[in-house]
Amino acid sequence: MKLDSLIPAPLRKPAKPGEGNGSKNAAPADLKTSPPERPSDTERLTDKAKDAPADVLAWVDQRTAASGFLTGMLYRKVPKGTNWFYTLGSAALFAFIVQAVTGVFLAMFYTPSPTEAYASISHINNDVFLGQFVHGMHKWGSSLMVILIFLHMGRTFFFGAYKYPRELNWVIGVVLLILTMTMAFTGYLLPFDQRSFWASVVGININGTGPVVGPYLSDFLRAGPELGATTLSRFYAIHMLLLPGAIIALIGAHLYLVVKLGTTAPPWVRAEKPKIAAPVSQLDAGAEGNGAPPPR
Amino acid sequence: MDKRNEPEAAAGERPKPLPRGYFEGESMTRRHAFTIAAQGIGGLAGAAIVLPAVGFAIAPIFERGKERWEAVGPLDDFVEDTYRQVVFTETQGIGDAGKTTAYVRKGSKQLGEDPREIIAVSNRCAHLGCPVRFVEAAGNFICPCHGGVYDFVGKVIGGPPVRPLDRFQTRIRNGQVELGPRYSVTSQLEPVRARDPGEFTGGIWEYLYPPRPSTFPPPSG
Repeated sequence: MKLDSLIPAPLRKPAKPGEGNGSKNAAPADLKTSPPERPSDTERLTDKAKDAPADVLAWVDQRTAASGFLTGMLYRKVPKGTNWFYTLGSAALFAFIVQAVTGVFLAMFYTPSPTEAYASISHINNDVFLGQFVHGMHKWGSSLMVILIFLHMGRTFFFGAYKYPRELNWVIGVVLLILTMTMAFTGYLLPFDQRSFWASVVGININGTGPVVGPYLSDFLRAGPELGATTLSRFYAIHMLLLPGAIIALIGAHLYLVVKLGTTAPPWVRAEKPKIAAPVSQLDAGAEGNGAPPPR
Repeated sequence: MDKRNEPEAAAGERPKPLPRGYFEGESMTRRHAFTIAAQGIGGLAGAAIVLPAVGFAIAPIFERGKERWEAVGPLDDFVEDTYRQVVFTETQGIGDAGKTTAYVRKGSKQLGEDPREIIAVSNRCAHLGCPVRFVEAAGNFICPCHGGVYDFVGKVIGGPPVRPLDRFQTRIRNGQVELGPRYSVTSQLEPVRARDPGEFTGGIWEYLYPPRPSTFPPPSG
């Protein structure tokens, strides 16, 4: 089978000297007296197998042009002074991924029904293989995510990275923080034990203290005047469908802007002096920069 | 007559070519008309999906459940100088989580109440909804969460709560005391529609924390 025919011509490996199909290289003078040495089947298959990953990537790349985008993103220039504090955003993203993955697997065992939720969580913790571990990752990971987001926010603030032209990214980040807090709030009810129940009662009632709209907001969260049969499923739907979708979309916008605008240098890194600079006294604006003629 | 020949085009400036398919006298190009039509139809289709979904999600705000009454014991069980704790179902279908506690007594002549009426005080703290407990020795209701204290009739005498404890409507049927819908009271114990904890009652607060359609009207008496 000729695998070469599957690979587009520009991406085929160039023939090595002395190999190839002979169309471009000079053929031996007499093919009958000195036939070209044919590689054995094993050799040919080994070569093909070695090339396979590159060939597959090349096939995808030619149809998506993804390598240009990925190269631009992964090999982008970062300013001098970039340090470990710049990894806090990635750390928060990693914490979110942990939450997403463990959440999907918890959902396989969890029942969002007021009469069965607590039993299903007990089942996860006590019976399911590694259930307590996965549940623990989700539970403690949520606190970790909130902490990392605040540290990331502090880095952005103290390094002045929220300033022009990155204001919109700050705004998106604040929305992401609020969504994360809402995630933590809606997730807290799901185990449906005493602590969950009363914490949610208190939380919903704090919502209700907002003037005019507060009482309606509480009714919306509870799906009625009392914490009832549909409150738990409502929180569950918000927690695992509505908010993750919004967070993923906004993380996409956040990262796009980071790549588009680049990162800032820390405030203690000074801009390099321009290579060609006129002495201040020779500038039109004058030494004071107020348009007055330079002092003589 | 072609617009290109009109004198407005300044000398030496190339007139803008007319859009393809333009004909004399039309008020908008076909492209523009189709853009508006496509956006309008798309907007309608989007609204047809989004509006019902949003209505579905917020409908519970405007629904009021069926009025429920539950017998909690014979009339003789209750006295006027102390409370008896009863547990009954306020929300059906969610097992124990739907149960709530009330403290029930007869009206007291000493406090100026009608001795024939039954008073049922909810254990839901008016601060943020934690369960309060009636402490017999002190004659007070005390909240474990943030230290709210209420006197014998449920008026706030300490801590963060914003109004007296809620009450339940009561009636006597076949010698049994029955508890009905929840209602809130003002600081003067006048009945108003049920409010959530943390919401003031009476005066201007009746407008700042409007009564919710999902609650029952307060008892008229």
